Parts: sequence; C-alpha cells; structure tokens
Amino acid sequence: MRGGIYVAKVIFNEDLCKGCELCVNACPKKIIEMDLSKINVKGYHPATVKPENMDKCIGCAFCAMMCPDTVITVIK
Amino acid sequence: MAKVLMKGNEALAEAAIQAGCRHYFGYPITPQNEVTAYMAKRMPEVGGVFLQAESEVSAINMVYGAGGAGARVMTSTSSPGLSLMQEGISYLAGAQVPCVIVNIMRGGPGLGNIQGAQGDYFQSTKGGGHGDYKLIVLAPSTIQEMADLVQEAFDIADEYRNPVVILGDGMLGQMMEPVDFDNIQKKTRNIPEKTWATTGRGNREHRNIINSLYIDPPVLEKYNYELFEKYAKAEKNEVRYEMINCEDADIILVAYGTIARVAKNVMNIARREGYKVGLIRPISLWPFPKEPFEKTVNTAKAYLTVEMSMGQMVEDVKLAVQFKKPVYFYGRPGGMIPEPSVMLEQIRKIAGGVK
Amino acid sequence: MAVVFQKTKGLTDTPFHYCPGCTHGIIHRLVAEVMEELDILDKAIGVAPVGCAVFAYEYFNCDMQEAAHGRAPAVATGIKRVHPDKIVFTYQGDGDLAAIGTAEIVHAAARGENITVIFVNNANYGMTGGQMAPTTLIGQETTTTPYGRKPEINGYPIRVSEMLATLDGTAYIERVAVYDVKHVMQAKKAIKNAFLAQIQKKGFAMVEVLSSCPTNWGMTPIEALNWIKDYMEPYYPLGVYKNTLEEVK
Repeated sequence: MRGGIYVAKVIFNEDLCKGCELCVNACPKKIIEMDLSKINVKGYHPATVKPENMDKCIGCAFCAMMCPDTVITVIK
Repeated sequence: MAKVLMKGNEALAEAAIQAGCRHYFGYPITPQNEVTAYMAKRMPEVGGVFLQAESEVSAINMVYGAGGAGARVMTSTSSPGLSLMQEGISYLAGAQVPCVIVNIMRGGPGLGNIQGAQGDYFQSTKGGGHGDYKLIVLAPSTIQEMADLVQEAFDIADEYRNPVVILGDGMLGQMMEPVDFDNIQKKTRNIPEKTWATTGRGNREHRNIINSLYIDPPVLEKYNYELFEKYAKAEKNEVRYEMINCEDADIILVAYGTIARVAKNVMNIARREGYKVGLIRPISLWPFPKEPFEKTVNTAKAYLTVEMSMGQMVEDVKLAVQFKKPVYFYGRPGGMIPEPSVMLEQIRKIAGGVK
Repeated sequence: MAVVFQKTKGLTDTPFHYCPGCTHGIIHRLVAEVMEELDILDKAIGVAPVGCAVFAYEYFNCDMQEAAHGRAPAVATGIKRVHPDKIVFTYQGDGDLAAIGTAEIVHAAARGENITVIFVNNANYGMTGGQMAPTTLIGQETTTTPYGRKPEINGYPIRVSEMLATLDGTAYIERVAVYDVKHVMQAKKAIKNAFLAQIQKKGFAMVEVLSSCPTNWGMTPIEALNWIKDYMEPYYPLGVYKNTLEEVK
C-alpha cells in the first residue's frame, strides 16, 4: 500500500509451480492469477501477481500455506 | 564360564547375547519357544530389548528398523514363520541391513507338524523372497557348533551388510549338550563402523537412508551387480564344510545338521562291515561347498545324500558333482528321521555287495 | 523487509513428484516445519511408506528408512527401541495404514509405542491408479468399485482415529483436514502436538489428515478440496479423539 501501513510481496519460484491454482483460491485479496503468457519448465502456466497488483498484498501468506510445492516466499 | 549343559534353543540365545546382540524381536512358534522365553528373561538383565511382536511379519520388520538403525539384532522362528518373513528378508537383503535369522525347522508344508525336519533348504538358499539376492546360510549339527555359528553370524552379517540365516531343526532346538562359551571358534574379522545407519543426523553432514527402491532401471541394474560382487566375495571366503574318511571312500554320504550325526555313525558302522564310506558335511549351505565334491568326484564311486525332506540339498550335490558320478537320495519328510538301518541298506545296494 | 514465509529447512531441495494440487505437498511441508520449529531435525528418523509418498525419503531432511507396504509402524518400533532418545515418525497413506498395515498400526498403538504417525487419508489407493481403500466412502466410484462402493459387497469404511483412540497405549489422536488455510493451520497444530507427545514420552501419537486426490477423483485441485469438506468430513469428523499431553498449544 503506497504510503500506507504495510509493504508486502510474494515471490514465486516459477519452475516449481504445477498450475494447481490453490493459491489463487486462497488469496483474500484475489491478486494471484496464472500467467497465461508463460509456460514453465514443467509445462504449466505458473502462478504470479502482476506488478500493478503487488501493492495490494497484505503478506498474510495464505497462498504460501496452501501451496503444495513451496513455490511462494512471502516478505513483509 | 565353565561348560554348561544347555538346550539348543537357549544356547543359541545366550550365544547371541554374548556376541553383543541387544535387540531381539520374535513371535512364539514351536519348536523354538525357548528362544523367546530365554530372551525375554535375559535381555533386560543385560540392558537389551526383547519385544514380542504381533506376528512374524511384524517381527522381521522390527528387525529391519533396528538393523537399519545400526543395532546387532536377531529374530528366530520356525518354518511357517519364516514363510511370513520372506518379504522382510527380501527388503533386508535389498537394503543391505545386517541381521541374524534363526530357523528351527519343522515338518511341512503348510501347518505341518512340530517335529524337526529339513524342508526349508530351498527357502533359504534359493530365495524364498522375491528378487535376486543371497543369504549366507549356516547349518550347525551340535549345540556347541550352534553357539559358535550364532556368534560368528553377527560378525558375518556386519561384514557383508547382509542377513545371515542359521538353519537348525527341532531336534537341535530341543536337545541338550555341553557348551563352552569361553572358547568360541570364530574368525577375527575386520568389521567396518556402521556409518550408514539411521541414528539421527546429529552433526553428520549427509543424511542416511535405508532403502531398496531404485526406480530407474539402469540404477537398479547397477545396484544388483554391486550386491552380487558382495556375494562373490562371500562365495570365496565363507564356505564351510567337514570331510571325514573321504580320501579312499567309494561311497560318500552327504548330510547336514542333525542328520549328519546319524550319517557319521552309519559311516562308522559301514566301515566296520568293510565298506569304504566317507562323509561330506556342508556347514555353509550358501555358499554351497563345491570343493569337497571336486576333491572326491574322481575317486568316489557314488554319493548318497540323506536329508529330512523330500530331497532339496541333493539338487546342489548333483550340481557340484556335475553328473560325473551317480548321486543317490534317501530322505524322510514330515519330521520322521531317516533310519540308520535303511541308510546301511542303501549303502550295501549302491556298493552292489562289493566291499 | 523481513521474511514472513519461506521454505522450511526440514525439506530437501528435491522438487516433489506429487500431482498438481495434491495435499501430500502441504502435509510434507507441515511435518517438516514442525520438526524445524521443535528443533528435532538432527534427531529425527522417518519411515516412508509404499504409496504416492514412497519417495518421502527424498524430501524430509533427516535420516529415513523405506518400509515395506504397511510395515512402517513395525519398522519404526525397531528404530525407536534402538534409539529411544531420537524422534521416530512414520508417514503413511490409507492403503498402507488401514489395509495391509492394520495389524502393525493397531499393535504399535496398543503397545503405546512412543512414535508419531502421520496418516494421510484420501479415500483411495492413489499410486496404483485409484482403487478402493478401506477409507473409500459408500457410493464412491473407484477403479475397483466402478459402480460405486456397495456395502453388501465391500462393507463400510473404517474410521481409524476413533478405532485407535479406544486403545490405552495412545496418547494423542486427532483428525484434521487441509482444505483451506484455517484447517491447514489447525493441522499444523495437531502435528506439532503429535510430535510433542513423543518428546513428552506420553505414548503413541497419530494425526489423521483428510486429504485430496484430484487425479484419481477426477476433479480439479480446488474441486477436490471442496470434496473433502462436503463428503469426507461428514463421515470422518474432525477433532481430538485422545489427548494426554501436558499442555496443548
């Protein structure tokens, strides 16, 4: 949040992503989407947060907690 | 300790304890119940662990866990129980976990009976469990030898990282003979430290994994060849046998375990009658001793294999003799004991009356 | 900026082979996180099952043994009796634990074997392609119940947590699920308690985790999570079935 209380972001280790979308479902701010412009080394569209949406991230780590493949790192 | 008069089952348990075995997992089955009872009493005395498992399946898997964790561990059972352990034995061999397994054989197949028999030779020497592996199989024929071999079995198991089977029978388990625990006959071996055991990582920089799964075929192939290099070393170094009166023998008796004692007496009686009879007593059933047969096949006229079964070791005798001379068989299954008089009759028949 | 969430040291760097959305990935991570947080990684020895998690020995960053199908509790018993001061855990699926391994788990629990069992229940045999498991629900279609499980042929599913809780040797038994963040957090608490039960030497501890199998259930990962909530949870109620811990966090 620009000028706001938190600054948080999520980092995706894209080559581990299997496109299961559990993170998309878990995010309370609904800022995660599958990046249809990319295909990772496993052949999936990896999960991502568009740069313009990253400032909505509250660093709750719900996405990371639901991810079965430890794709996501959350910093705040 | 002076010489002690001991029952076979108890002597083997005491021998294990003296070899440093401090973990025993077993299940009751006749005719080896004295082993579990002895271990239940003795293990706590030496600060060891005795645990009665819920089945032989469970017992052999406890052996796998304990052996993989670096302990000197043993189990004992009788024929039907060893059938239950076959899966575990294949895993032990595949994961290279050392342990000692005692089979006090009884009549079979199936539930059979509780008398001593020798019907499990194939089971331990030719597999029993799935896959390509070998077990080192030792067959004592006296209680003293039982104690000696059990002690050495732990060293062999540790040296080769392989299960070792002691193949006894109900008679050896039940009879009593003097045992001298102070003068155990065994080879001194160079046993490496168990750096591969799962002891909790601690400060170790690598994890230890006990496993027999190698999902990639070329990797599993290579692993099988490594196992067999190990077995080749055992074939060179672990052959054991006894040869009596074979240099001039026309007819050579071949027998192991308890029945070898009967064969020895029959040999002496036959000699007194004028027949030139000798005895080859394999002590290691795997690796099977080929040497005594190579040494005698040119001078002997025939071999007579005697077993308490329908004929199992006789096949290995035939292989060792390479069909150069006739190999006869006399045996009795079901826990019946081959009779000396019948053995003598066989010898006379083979000799064709010629002395 | 500080790290709020990162991959635990309890997991190795080997990527998981599990299907997309398979909850094995979540559960492995929770077990690994708990072991790191309790600082027991250097003392832990795990036992891997036969099932989808057969390669678990590649993923947990501690000593591991691979057991035969169903035998993990017996293998764990052997290890724990040799190293009573180490933390021994098993990780098993529903075929491994509730079918072929029923004797081993019941007796390990009855003996009060001081081990921690993680029981992953996804109502089918995943690795072999989706056959009926002892935990398959009535009416559920699997490759060996193509017309749906019928009680007159295949009987009724087994509720393992309730069953084991009747044994005096058990110290901590809880059933959890991992279908949303709230439940994932509760699952982690339960797993921590199950390891604490071992550390406190209370006896046998088990956490049954209701899990999904999107591939064999024929659903998307998200649909599969909902199926746990809608169909599995009613038959397998969540909750603590046994607790003798000194203090529950």
